[in-house]
Amino acid sequence: MLSSEVKRELQAVVGPDDVRDDPESRLAYSYDATPMYQAMPDGVVFPESTEEVQAIMKIASRHRIPIVGRGSGSNLSAGTVPVGGGLVMVMTKMNRLIEIDQDNLTATFQPGLITKQLHEAVERIGLFYPPDPGSMHVSTLGGNIAECAGGLRGLKYGTTKDYVIGLEAVLPSGDILRTGGKLTKDVAGYDLTKLLVGSEGTLAIITEATVKLLPLPEDRRVMVAHFTDLYAAARTVSQIIAERIIPCTLEFLDQGTIRVIEDYAKIGLPADMAAILLIEQDGPTSVVERDIERIAEICRQAKAAHVQVAQSREEEVQLMSARRSALSALARLRPTTILEDATVPRAAIAPMVEQINRIKEKYGLQICTFGHAGDGNLHPTCMTDARDREEIERVEKAFEEIFDAAIRLGGTITGEHGVGLAKAPFLEWKVGKSGIEVMKGIKRAFDPDGLLNPGKMFSKETRRRVVIT
Amino acid sequence: MKPVGEKPIDRESWAQVGEYLRKTLDQDELTHCMRCGFCLPACPTYRETGLEQASPRGRLALMKAVADGMMEPDKAFADQMNLCLGCRACETACPAGVQYGRVLEQARAGIALREPSSRIVRGLRKLFFEHLFPYQHRLRTLGWWLALYQRWGVGWLVQRSGLMRLFPEHIREMEAVMPLASSKGVREQLGEIIRPEGTPKGRVGLFRGCIMDVLFTETNCNTARLLVKAGYEVVIPDKQRCCGALHAHAGEVETAKRLACDNIGAFREAKVDWIVSNAGGCGAMLVEYAHHFQGDVRMEEDARWFSERVRDISQLVADVIDDLPLKRLQRRVTYQDSCHLRNGMHVTQPRNILRRIPGITYVELFESDRCCGSAGIYNLTQPEMSKQILDEKMTHVKNTEADILVTSNPGCLLQMKWGIRRAGLEQRMHAVHLVDLLMEAVE
Repeated sequence: MLSSEVKRELQAVVGPDDVRDDPESRLAYSYDATPMYQAMPDGVVFPESTEEVQAIMKIASRHRIPIVGRGSGSNLSAGTVPVGGGLVMVMTKMNRLIEIDQDNLTATFQPGLITKQLHEAVERIGLFYPPDPGSMHVSTLGGNIAECAGGLRGLKYGTTKDYVIGLEAVLPSGDILRTGGKLTKDVAGYDLTKLLVGSEGTLAIITEATVKLLPLPEDRRVMVAHFTDLYAAARTVSQIIAERIIPCTLEFLDQGTIRVIEDYAKIGLPADMAAILLIEQDGPTSVVERDIERIAEICRQAKAAHVQVAQSREEEVQLMSARRSALSALARLRPTTILEDATVPRAAIAPMVEQINRIKEKYGLQICTFGHAGDGNLHPTCMTDARDREEIERVEKAFEEIFDAAIRLGGTITGEHGVGLAKAPFLEWKVGKSGIEVMKGIKRAFDPDGLLNPGKMFSKETRRRVVIT
Repeated sequence: MKPVGEKPIDRESWAQVGEYLRKTLDQDELTHCMRCGFCLPACPTYRETGLEQASPRGRLALMKAVADGMMEPDKAFADQMNLCLGCRACETACPAGVQYGRVLEQARAGIALREPSSRIVRGLRKLFFEHLFPYQHRLRTLGWWLALYQRWGVGWLVQRSGLMRLFPEHIREMEAVMPLASSKGVREQLGEIIRPEGTPKGRVGLFRGCIMDVLFTETNCNTARLLVKAGYEVVIPDKQRCCGALHAHAGEVETAKRLACDNIGAFREAKVDWIVSNAGGCGAMLVEYAHHFQGDVRMEEDARWFSERVRDISQLVADVIDDLPLKRLQRRVTYQDSCHLRNGMHVTQPRNILRRIPGITYVELFESDRCCGSAGIYNLTQPEMSKQILDEKMTHVKNTEADILVTSNPGCLLQMKWGIRRAGLEQRMHAVHLVDLLMEAVE
């Protein structure tokens, strides 16, 4: 609960309905999409303007109350779980699309705008905002920026950080920070725009953003290839890129995932396949045609058991249905679904999948792997039950080993979900001691009192690296 | 309802509600929610309020918190559960397949241990759930009185004398769009068994519904006539009763089960191939009978027999639409989904049927899959939210520029009539049940 003084001050800023500290409200903002993490905030506040955010920050600073910025709470790193209590600042009321600038090809919006709504608005006028996280129907752009969300088109188009060019953010002091602008080139000082993208709400609260837009690709086509050999599938991924073709989407499903999807959706996937690749290319029609033909040829040369290029939009939907059903199929298997995002250089996909399979056998767990093969971003997904403490301990150990294996293969602990609370103990594995120290220095420069999203990214203790024998 | 073998519940104690919920809420289902938030955009009350606790994910989290002993239920908890329309659009959106509607019913069953606090709600509940819906003959009598009231100008008298002013505004508005009630139901008009035209395709038990048979008797009769034209023999067992959906949704599970038992018996006795409903709300309840009697050795098999045979009228008609002699209807038509037909029964046929009627220009209604705010008696118990949702719906309806707005459920139909009136569209369009439009094309 908030002290009556703080509540009164907040109410004076946002009005009585937009400050809540009743048990139902606090509970409803005590979690996000990350399984097994929950902590009660003292209150919830819904600002409607940058000025309100400033005023709230000043009150919080004066009373030393932690602030957790939150959009739709769809992140998978426990990044918005208020472990330090305090205020959850929900940005969903600041959801205006301020401008689409067709001369500069930029869009400017408030952080609470739903990602899908930006897509629809720009696509209506033939423009394109490529980042497409799986949660885009529900996630807010502010959340995408805070977590540097990725998506299926990352291979060709990059992730959120490659599009954000200007930000307005409020510092814990209540001061406003403006970075970048509608500029393609800007090297004035440190790149604070890039620094804020992916900062997970630990440095400032983003109140406005400008992103660059591309022309909407003229055409696109989809194809699928089935492989009986995991290495053949992985080599195909490398071969496609080596042939200087960058598909917009290059997705991978392992045997475990294929079997679960087939059991669930009965769409005729062969259970004996070691892997399926789903490939999409977009661009001018002639280029798309040529690329898809060459990719199909590469797949055939790699001894794919089955190669199919969609001839119609219906066939596309049918080919993509395997990837689309993946989450539903896995999520229905057991009560708790833990979806991670260990990422490796794409040449290391096959050894990484083998490592994951070895680890799941070692711990006797059900882990299926699918993900964005083109950019090496895999989603080892564990089906378990949060109520089974003994099993959950095994799950934690298994994921520690998976992160360790990813780093050994030149990869990272998280490709697109962020560190948050869930992976804070592993951050040092990736960035090293000096990396942590520099990051903590940056944190102090922005947030000297440690009020913004405490407990996230930096853990009190770093887990010891696992020794794989 | 009282839990069997439990000490009587003190109606003042939320703690006891909490204790009851901890025993009865389905823990597996609650754990199954992975909190991905994919349900948020599907939820009408989340969209209206912007509050997590007014979303399916939020409500499940509240229930889980109660089940885990993290919090006690209270009035705010009950309010949140009651604010839910029960449209189940979240179930269609949920990757993990959480049966939200079922756990919501469990939560409401717990809340129902305490009497609802508002006098209007309490009065309405008692009247509808205990004294009206379960009794077909009382509904008939009510229909007789309603018909008298509507036909002989008693309405005029009541309105002039100011009696209507005693009711809240939304009830007065609803009264104005009520269809003419009938003192004779479908069975009284057409008989118990109606022989098919042409080669018989099978024997269909018609589920006549409760309100449906009083206020929409003509639709019920048209349903029977349509089936007969399509070659089905129609049986209307007299022992059938209300489906129990409104009871189950409001937490009156025992009454719902009692009604279900009677219905199962009535149709088993009638030896039918299918049990046909023309109301999405009833149909979704009827297919759930099997679930309600799971593990009940005495009823399980019969309930499964029953549920497997339940079809919406559009499903049976879609199979034979090409054999029906359809004349041209030069109309612009749009369609509002019945939530329970779509999210509960997963029926997709009505749109295809409308597109097959010659002459009809079909226009898709923007967000036709979104609840209209009728939701059982939600428009009576939560008038503000209901009106908010309805008015937004009507702006989309207006944009279709349709002459006819089709629905497949009596509640939705009444709500649409109310909406057309509220939006001042009465001169431009009217709302009809799918069956009535079809019958117009067949005759």
